[in-house]
This record gives sequence, structure tokens and C-alpha cells, in this order.
Amino acid sequence: MSAALGGGLRLPSLAGSNLEITERGSGAPLLFLHSGHPTGRMDPAAEIITKLAQDFRVIVPTHPGFGRDPAPANLTTVDDLAYLYLDLLDAMDLSKVILAGVSFGAWIAAEMAVKSTQRLCALVLGNPVGIKVGGRESRDIVDIYSIFDKQIAELAYADAKLGMPDRTKLSEDELTYMAKSRESTARYGWSPYLHNPKLKGRLHRIRIPTLILYGAADRILAQGYGRAFAAAIPGAQYQEIAEAGHFPHLEQPELFARHLTNFVRECVK
Amino acid sequence: MKVFQFTEQPYPQAWDKHNGSLRVNLPNRLLDPHVASDLFHRYYDEWQLADELGLEIMINEHHQTATCMSSACVITLAVLSRITKRARLLVLGYPIANRPDPLRAAEELATIDVISRGRLEMGFVKGVPQEVPIANLNPVFQQERFWEAHDFIMKALSSHDEPFNWESENFHYRHVNIWPRPWQQPHPPVWSTTGSKATAKKLGGYGYTMATLGTGYATRPIYDAYREGYREKFRKEAPASRFAYLGFVAIGHNREEARRLGELVLSYPRSSGIVHPPFRNPPGYLSIGDNVRILKGEGKPRSYTKDGRIVDMGKGSVQDLIDAGVLFCGTPDEVYDQIVDFVQHCGGMGNLLMMGHAGPMSHEDTVNNLTLFSKEVLPRLKEFRQPVPEAAAAE
Repeated sequence: MSAALGGGLRLPSLAGSNLEITERGSGAPLLFLHSGHPTGRMDPAAEIITKLAQDFRVIVPTHPGFGRDPAPANLTTVDDLAYLYLDLLDAMDLSKVILAGVSFGAWIAAEMAVKSTQRLCALVLGNPVGIKVGGRESRDIVDIYSIFDKQIAELAYADAKLGMPDRTKLSEDELTYMAKSRESTARYGWSPYLHNPKLKGRLHRIRIPTLILYGAADRILAQGYGRAFAAAIPGAQYQEIAEAGHFPHLEQPELFARHLTNFVRECVK
Repeated sequence: MKVFQFTEQPYPQAWDKHNGSLRVNLPNRLLDPHVASDLFHRYYDEWQLADELGLEIMINEHHQTATCMSSACVITLAVLSRITKRARLLVLGYPIANRPDPLRAAEELATIDVISRGRLEMGFVKGVPQEVPIANLNPVFQQERFWEAHDFIMKALSSHDEPFNWESENFHYRHVNIWPRPWQQPHPPVWSTTGSKATAKKLGGYGYTMATLGTGYATRPIYDAYREGYREKFRKEAPASRFAYLGFVAIGHNREEARRLGELVLSYPRSSGIVHPPFRNPPGYLSIGDNVRILKGEGKPRSYTKDGRIVDMGKGSVQDLIDAGVLFCGTPDEVYDQIVDFVQHCGGMGNLLMMGHAGPMSHEDTVNNLTLFSKEVLPRLKEFRQPVPEAAAAE
């Protein structure tokens, strides 16, 4: 399901290494960009991917550093990842792509869309990070590196149990991906912390239909953060999802997929 | 052998009010500036005494912590450059990867070397993990930034003919030409610290003096990795002067007096680890493998006794830490024997970094500790014949 992409595409910025990438389903192309710590690499069998694959050709890359191989040394910023995935769309010669991402992945998606929407037809952002909303002495995004894992789970999930898997039951691979996700999120987002000070002022360039899906129980982001993000993108719609926190695609995969599918109906005609 | 007197310049008056964290987030209202001033002056007095007693001096810096009030090592170095006469002044170290401006670091170090008339020993360190959230420079790239800052500072200290240009991933300068230039040519001696064999081998390739801290009877493999790197580069054996070890020292006329001081000096390892746990493991500071071990709840012990018993530096007794080669404690004869035994384990070690004051040790106790050591142990250590040559032929 991924051999053609993994083996065949040489993206210039990958410096010879491969992008780890999975494809499922058929139909209109949907590039799905996964979230960062405390989640990370997207399991291709995850419910959200299964649901989306019923309607779309879902393309799920693993951000460099979050998967098997170390990140190439030249990829150090979210800007680098945005150009990497724009290169990917070029290399695959895709058009009318639905671009979706959650949290850290939504930040990458927004950075792509301000650069070029040429190959895109719609943008769906789940609880995005990436912009500065409050004043210089207020923190928009909880410092996940200064609190305990249990606190992260309580702030990130409507149901904190989902964020606290029994580690004794996780495989060596799963623990390794957890550790890599923690490190790689910092690699790209340590400072300025999980945002680009310039991005908010560039969001006006996004002239394609945009939907912000927002897990209403998110306490990682400051109150009003999602609405502020939506307000900066011309015509963007804002839809809350109940009983979901910072990762609505994991807590309410069916609702997330349904909202996305309904929103992009016009675009995939 | 050289012996360096070291204290972290602590503020022990706040140590019982930590609420789980003595570092990073301990509110500074717990510090009385008048008490702090008295402590600083006292610590400088004790270093002046060390200078008079024939000891060398080691200083360091940490940030936002009651365990160490020295938050800018160059301030301590500047004062000591002026008020001491003969001692080598070792900073171990300057956390150059946590500074955005290595040009400033080069200027400061060169100036210290000139004021002290060539007494600076220049230690560059990565720094402890809890400094990362304070400096806020990306810990994932700390290693690369450390070596680039090192390359820059070394070039700035040793370039004398025209300004040079530096444009790289981390640092951007167009006209580098420091004034003053250092007293020692081509530059002050370079030191660093490590607990890793890979880094030790790299340091050996540079020929820098390498220190380990609290590694006790697990020190030898790290030294041997250095020796391998040194041999590959210089085609000869690394002299003892290239190795340093930080140990705690408590000495008394009798065992009882020494043990009492031992308890006091161990207040350092017993308090230095008290920090809000998430600050102890910033992302990228440890390897992915180490982090997987942490996720599994597995620790990684650092200190071992001679017979392989694991000792927890933060909880071990005076006897445990003597057995581990972390604390040298007893009468002058006992302390000398313990140090020599440890040096034999190392296969040669030319610089004892002696923490002769820590925590709530009084001025009187500190003076007695330093004086007795300098009178009874230091002369014998200076005479001690290392198992390998003391210094390289060209030194």
C-alpha cells in the first residue's frame, strides 16, 4: 500500500532518505498530517484513517523524525516540512487535494496553504497550533515539556484515560515512537514555542474553503484559540466537536470524518 | 597532581523550603539579598585562602537555583582574577550551547585571561538538563550548537590579523576581531566534562582535559575511551594532566570529625537533584534509547563501588560514597590513600576537582577542611608518581 511512494519518490529536501508514507482507499486525494506529542506517527489502521478511506484516497506521511529513521539534518523547522509536503504533491502530480491536519499537523497544513494553494481544493484543520494569539506574557499553548504526562493527558483529552495507555503493555516499537514524537515535536516547535510569529499575518492568503474542527474540551490551547485561528482565514468555518479535546480525530473519529466529508462535498464534485 | 577547590556558591538558607524543586521554579523571594551578599563575600574569602594554601580554583555556573548562586561564571572569574595571586582559575564550565552569543563568550574569556595574567583554564560544558528550559535554546540541536560555539570561540581567540566572517546555521557575524586577545597563546587550555564514552573519545582527539563527575569506580572505561581518541590523533599515550575528577573531600584530625564534615559536604549530591521532574528530561537531551528505558521505568545508575555495588549519590551514606570513590573522607592518611587508590583505578589522573565546601558548611569548617588538606595531603599528592607520565613532553 505504500511501496510506490516509499521507494519511488525522491524528494529534494529529503537528502536521499525516504518519506515514510501510507495510502489507503480511493477517490479524491486527501493528505492527512498527523499531530505531534503526546501522539505522533499515525497508525495506518487507526479508525480515523479507516473512516476517511471509505470516501477518499488517503495519503498519510509520517513526519521526518517521528518514524523509523532519524530526521535528515536539513529539516529543522515547520517551514521545511511545509515545503517537503508541497514537493510531495508536485512529485505525485496531485490536484484538487483535500489537505487535513490536526494540532502540529494542522500547523504544517496552514504553512503549506499560505505558500501555495495551487494543488489544493479544501483545508481542514483540527485544533491547530501555529499562531500567537495572546499577549507576550500569556501562554496560548500549555508547555507540555514542563508538566507530567498525566497532566498532559488530562488537559489534552475529554477522556484522560485515552491519553494514558498502560505502558507495560506497549511494544518496544510503540515506546520508541512515543520517545521520537516527544523529541521531534521539540525539534520543529521548541522556540518560538509551537508557533510561527509571522503565520497569523499570512493566513489571509488562504483563499480556499477552510474548516476548523475544534475539540471543545481542549485545555492545551487557550480559550478562544480555535476561533481566533478561524477569524484570520477569510471565510473559514468553525465547527466544535463535543466530547473531544485536543485530538478530535482520535476521540471522535466518526464525527471528525463526517464533518470533513460534508464540508468538502462541493470540492470533490 | 593539581587540586582545585570548588564550591557551587550555594544559598542553603532556602534548601528546606523547596516544595519539590530547588531549581528553575523556586521563587526568588526566598533569597534575602543581604544574606546572599554575605555568602558571596565569604566564598571569595575562602577562595583567597585556597590561593594562599597552594590550591587551584574551580568555579561554575547554574541558573535559577538555590544550589548555586553563580549564574554568570565570568562574574566570579572577574572577581577572582583580581583578588587571587597564583591559582589557576578553572571554569567548569561555561555552558556555551545555552548562549545565543558566542562572540560575547570569547570576549569575556579573553579579558579574564588578560586580567588574571594567563591563569584561565577554559571549560566548555553542555550543562545539566534543567538549564534547558531556562535558556530555551532548542535542546534537540544542543550537541551541534555546542561544537559550533566551540569552533567559533576557538577561532575568535586565536585569530589576530584581520576580522573574520561567520555565517552558519546557528551564528551570524560579519566582523569578528576580539579585543583584548588572550594572554595565553594560542589560547587558554580547554577542558570539558562527559559521562559518555563516545564524547570522551572525541575529547581525546582534541587533547583537551576531560573531567568526569561522580563516576567513581566506573570512571576507567570513560578514561580509556579518551585514551583511544588521544592515541589515534597524537600517536602517544595521554598524560595524566589530561584527566580530571570531581570528588567530595572531608578531612579531619580524627575519623569522627571527618565524618561530621562528610555529612555536610554530601548535602550537595543530596540536594542537587531536587528539581521538578519534567525539567530533568528535556526532549533531545537524552537519546531515544535512554528515553525508551525511562518510559519503561528503568533507571541508569552512574556510581559503582570497587566491587560493583550500585550507589545512589543522592541517598548513599558517607561510607557508601567513600566506597564508590565519590567522597574522599577521613584522616589525612586515609584521604591520601583513598585518592591514590582511585588514581590507580583510573590509570592516572592529574587533576582532583575537590568540592571542599558544600551546602550549610560553616566558614570555620571550610577553612579547617581546606587548611588540613593543603598542609597534610596536598604536598604528598604533588610528589605522587602517576602510573602514566604527568604531562606531555611538549607541555
